[in-house]
Amino acid sequence: MAIEQDEIGKIAELARIRIADEQIGEVTQRITEILGMVDQLQAADTAGVEPMANPLDATQRLRADEVTEINRREAFQAIAPAVQNGLYLVPKVIE
Amino acid sequence: MHNQTVAQLAQGLRDKAFSSVELTETFLQRINEHDANYNAFVTVDEGRALSGARAADQRLASGAASALTGIPIAHKDIFCTEGLRTSCGSRMLDNFVPPYNATVINRFNDAGAVLLGKTNLDEFAMGSSNENSYYGPVKNPWDPTLVPGGSSGGSAAAVAARMAPAATGTDTGGSIRQPAAFCGITGLKPTYGRVSRLGMIAYASSLDQGGPMARTAEDCALLLNAMAGHDPLDSTSSETPAEDYTANLENSLKGLRIGLPREYFCDGLDGATDSCIQAALKELEAQGAELVDISLPNSSLTIPAYYIIAPAEASTNLSRFDGVRYGHRCEDPADLHDLYTRTREEGFGDEVKRRILVGTYALSAGYYDAYYKKAQQARRLISNDFSQALDGVDIIAGPTTPGPAFALGAKSNDPISMYLEDVYTLAANLAGLPGMSVPAGLADGKPVGLQLIGRHFAEAGLLNVAHRFQQATDWHTMTPKAGGAD
Repeated sequence: MAIEQDEIGKIAELARIRIADEQIGEVTQRITEILGMVDQLQAADTAGVEPMANPLDATQRLRADEVTEINRREAFQAIAPAVQNGLYLVPKVIE
Repeated sequence: MHNQTVAQLAQGLRDKAFSSVELTETFLQRINEHDANYNAFVTVDEGRALSGARAADQRLASGAASALTGIPIAHKDIFCTEGLRTSCGSRMLDNFVPPYNATVINRFNDAGAVLLGKTNLDEFAMGSSNENSYYGPVKNPWDPTLVPGGSSGGSAAAVAARMAPAATGTDTGGSIRQPAAFCGITGLKPTYGRVSRLGMIAYASSLDQGGPMARTAEDCALLLNAMAGHDPLDSTSSETPAEDYTANLENSLKGLRIGLPREYFCDGLDGATDSCIQAALKELEAQGAELVDISLPNSSLTIPAYYIIAPAEASTNLSRFDGVRYGHRCEDPADLHDLYTRTREEGFGDEVKRRILVGTYALSAGYYDAYYKKAQQARRLISNDFSQALDGVDIIAGPTTPGPAFALGAKSNDPISMYLEDVYTLAANLAGLPGMSVPAGLADGKPVGLQLIGRHFAEAGLLNVAHRFQQATDWHTMTPKAGGAD
């Protein structure tokens, strides 16, 4: 299936990846090739086949709703690009 | 010392032929002397390795040692190591020093193994040649103009060049088995859920599995003994009890039924590779195994199903890299949107971006049923093929790869031809089955891997076949001559 450049732009926006204008042509070409390859699937007869999400058909295990972890905020924030007063800093969102 | 197996080195440590410090120094020196030729390691912390070795020597002296106590192990740089940079081969994590250990790392620590260093890989384990690393490609020790395979190419090259006695890898679509084949070593991808994924940086969560890479099946069994088992911190970890994977190594192969999928022996398989595999199968037959023709009729769906499911899961997993909590962050973001999009533009390489985009597309509104759901249905068909085949045979055997290692740069500009490299390995991940690659000869001087695939949790059976094969052959003892590795 061919995919248009503006569609790649929309997908990149959904994925929050900036693609430079001079690269969008090549990225579109590559993605088109990959989608062309995976399109072989459309010929498969999968009517009534249960989709497989987990190779052992396992379901999510639940644990008791108890506090088991200690608070390690300082260790986790020590590796953050920008923190202040125990909070992660990002550019101003609300004017 | 560097040419001995883990089993031999463990005996040497017990016999006090050498200490863990001496052993660790030997391998650190080999890394210093040879790794400039191969680029197998991203990070080596000599101080940390030697302090681990000193602790292991004390433990050996106290008599409380386990089989791996004092053995230096290299870890794929996808396993989080507390206080030691874990890059995943990406600029995104070039500055990432994890605040915790992967469960696999904790288990090796508990066993008293020495953390020798962190090995190079395709960025976020996405690749089949180890050319996608932010830290540059790894070179194959058999011939530095060839790729080592990927994504666990650094681990495979480190073991092949005798810069580590053994290593860990991860395998989402062949990333342990294919580099093991290309570098002439033994690698095992366990059953999905057999080895904890906690702290193993996620690529495709329903396919990812960690496993051992070493020179022999016996060494892989020793490593798997340390790695396998339930982890309550990984919700997909299996509760099926782990075994002693060394217990059945010597079992006879008499009466073992080995299925040969005819779809794995047709167009696209290199002739010299095929000859090696045929000779290997004859050896197994000579030991009493019975070769049985089988079919996996949905094999042609494997590559397209994988290249939807894996990118879809990757697009979800890699959304966590946002420049806010850890890892790379772009300079002077204008606003939050700019922070996200530019951080991810700069932090991810081309192949990672491609897979995120394909996955985002496959999961997006209007395409989900046509792509993602369809791929999951194809996955069921592929898995059913294996269930049916494994009702009639004990294991499945065939080539690990369509041909031996290819030249650096030969496929790096053509993602599709790179994807076809995984044609024989992807299905075991889709079906969650254990798979191994065992050295089985040389094609034009390049190593060839025999692949073995078993039923769920049949790792001991695969290791048994591989060990018996290695008792009768010497392909696994061959050392690459390039770069003074032997």
